Amino acid sequence: MKKIPLSHVKNKQKVHVAEIDGGSIFVNRMMSLGIYQGREVTVLSRLALRGPTVVKVGRSIFALGRSMAAKIMVEMKA
Amino acid sequence: MKKLFLIGNPNVGKSTVFSRLTGVDVISSNYPGTTIEVAKGQLIAEGETWEVIDLPGVYSLEAGTKAEEVALSLLRGTPKEEMVVLDIVDSTNLERNLYLTFQLLEAQFPVIICLNMHDDALHRGITIDEKALEMALGVVCVPTCAITGTGIKKLMGQLNHVKMAFREPAGHQGRWQSIGQAVSLSQTLAHRHHSLREHLEDASVRPFSGALIAVSVLIASFWVVRTIGEFLVNRVADPIFFSFYKPFLDKMSVILGPETLWHHLLLGDLVGGQIDFKQSLGLLTTAPYIEFAMVLPYIISFYFVLSLLEDVGFLPRLAMLLDGFLHRLGLHGFAIVPVLLGLGCNVPGILATRTLESRRERFIAATLISIGIPCVPLQAMIFGLLGQFSGFYVTGVYLVLFALWLILGLILNQRVKGYSPELLVEIPCYRIPDLRALMQKLFLRIKGFIVEAMPVVLAGVFIVNAMLYFHWFDVMTSLFSPLMNKLFGLPKEAAVALIVGFFRKDVAVGLLLPLGLSAKQFFIATVLLAISFPCIATFVILLRELGIKDFIKSVLIMLLTGLIVGVLLNLAIVSV
Repeated sequence: MKKIPLSHVKNKQKVHVAEIDGGSIFVNRMMSLGIYQGREVTVLSRLALRGPTVVKVGRSIFALGRSMAAKIMVEMKA
Repeated sequence: MKKLFLIGNPNVGKSTVFSRLTGVDVISSNYPGTTIEVAKGQLIAEGETWEVIDLPGVYSLEAGTKAEEVALSLLRGTPKEEMVVLDIVDSTNLERNLYLTFQLLEAQFPVIICLNMHDDALHRGITIDEKALEMALGVVCVPTCAITGTGIKKLMGQLNHVKMAFREPAGHQGRWQSIGQAVSLSQTLAHRHHSLREHLEDASVRPFSGALIAVSVLIASFWVVRTIGEFLVNRVADPIFFSFYKPFLDKMSVILGPETLWHHLLLGDLVGGQIDFKQSLGLLTTAPYIEFAMVLPYIISFYFVLSLLEDVGFLPRLAMLLDGFLHRLGLHGFAIVPVLLGLGCNVPGILATRTLESRRERFIAATLISIGIPCVPLQAMIFGLLGQFSGFYVTGVYLVLFALWLILGLILNQRVKGYSPELLVEIPCYRIPDLRALMQKLFLRIKGFIVEAMPVVLAGVFIVNAMLYFHWFDVMTSLFSPLMNKLFGLPKEAAVALIVGFFRKDVAVGLLLPLGLSAKQFFIATVLLAISFPCIATFVILLRELGIKDFIKSVLIMLLTGLIVGVLLNLAIVSV
């Protein structure tokens, strides 16, 4: 299945995290928020001016800066 | 004394629990990162005294931000026999919160769990069976609602009976799996329709509706601050000063005799044979009038609105919306929080830059706040005095400051070395503020203002007054005269105001009034006051937060900016 960065996912799409493309600090940081391989993430919105990607993970909503979101590769849900 | 550490994810209500446990009032809000300094207090449970330590919020036991490092080093520096860790969990978001809990258990800390915001969870259709959770985790869980105080007593009764629970260290993925099991055993979700609040929450994170909501909220906030402020000035403060206080001063004026030193120090000079609260410049006239009748009303209205916005959960949403824009200035969205706090007073604003991750970002934010963010006392005086000349010039001050923000931000973003990290902020649920907690926070902030401002104002007015009386300023003003005259088009006496601005901005603007300036001169002088130097309290904090090297850089930028802007404005505006 095609992997795309989280920052390119359309609004209201549900996706699965495929891999996190970053150093161990970044991977751990995402892990502590509940963003890890296989986890389902819903993109709520992407903001203009290269703004953040807003995602829902479990019951939490996070705004992730654009280049952070770009490091998270996801797969579309079938 | 045994230590009780309060730990938990950001924005789960640690500070509210802390206030409940210790009776010490600390500021709590609805955004992650409210607590930047570690607060300490004491409590007595079943005869034993505990030291309670409120740590900044963390998502895990691996340090990511400066605040997280502080929390963790304190936790690790205490022997485990002498402590209990009170892990505060947001019941509306059990799963994510348990990640930290599991790490604490794996590291073998003696843990007791506080399931906070239990009432809010029930509203949202979430029921947590605390007995089942206790079975799954092996530690005591107490449901609480810290705002109302429910469950706090039960929590205190458990402190002396905390047992260790042992849990095998698991890998990250394994940890999430065990969390999933624990959650499915203890939590039931009721299926129900979206409430109005949830619809609003969804709308607030979408780009278009989010921006629309944000702009409306900001405009409404500004309107409310002005309306409450004006009401307090015209209907409360002025009547008190003019109907009750002035007759008393008039009698005093007659007794002292107008030309004496005491009259000059206490009441100041008569303007047209009358005491003029704005111009007389006495310890008992202008000093209390500026602070209580011109500034305090706006302090009250500003902090009321700010506290409301904080508690509702508006600020992280603003951070999210402004992230793209603030990146152009070398900051990220969350920098809006220190900026808003700085609008009240620069000191807490600069303290709050600690929540920004990199040194470069902290430098840019602190410098921009010192230069381009006028505090409430200064703004109140700008509205009150410059507003008498023309509303056009009041708008002008804000336009100049905003333009400075853009220009300086763009330059600093190009020039300052280092990296600016990305925004990562949790968007909390909207919460309906608790009125009692809100009023307590407002009271805390107003008290802080009065305690800190009043002595400086009295001392400042006294010193300026004495120096004017004995003509000690004359040497200095003639020294500054070419600078003031040629560059800024101001009379030499304006130098006194600019120097006093180093102590109190509000008094400094007050000192400009008796000089009989034109609207243009008044405008230039207030702009200079706003940008050139922060007041001494801000100065000290700036030095402490930035370190000597960055501090000097920041101050040089301020002086240079002040000089350039003053000259440009003088040249640009054709004298009226």
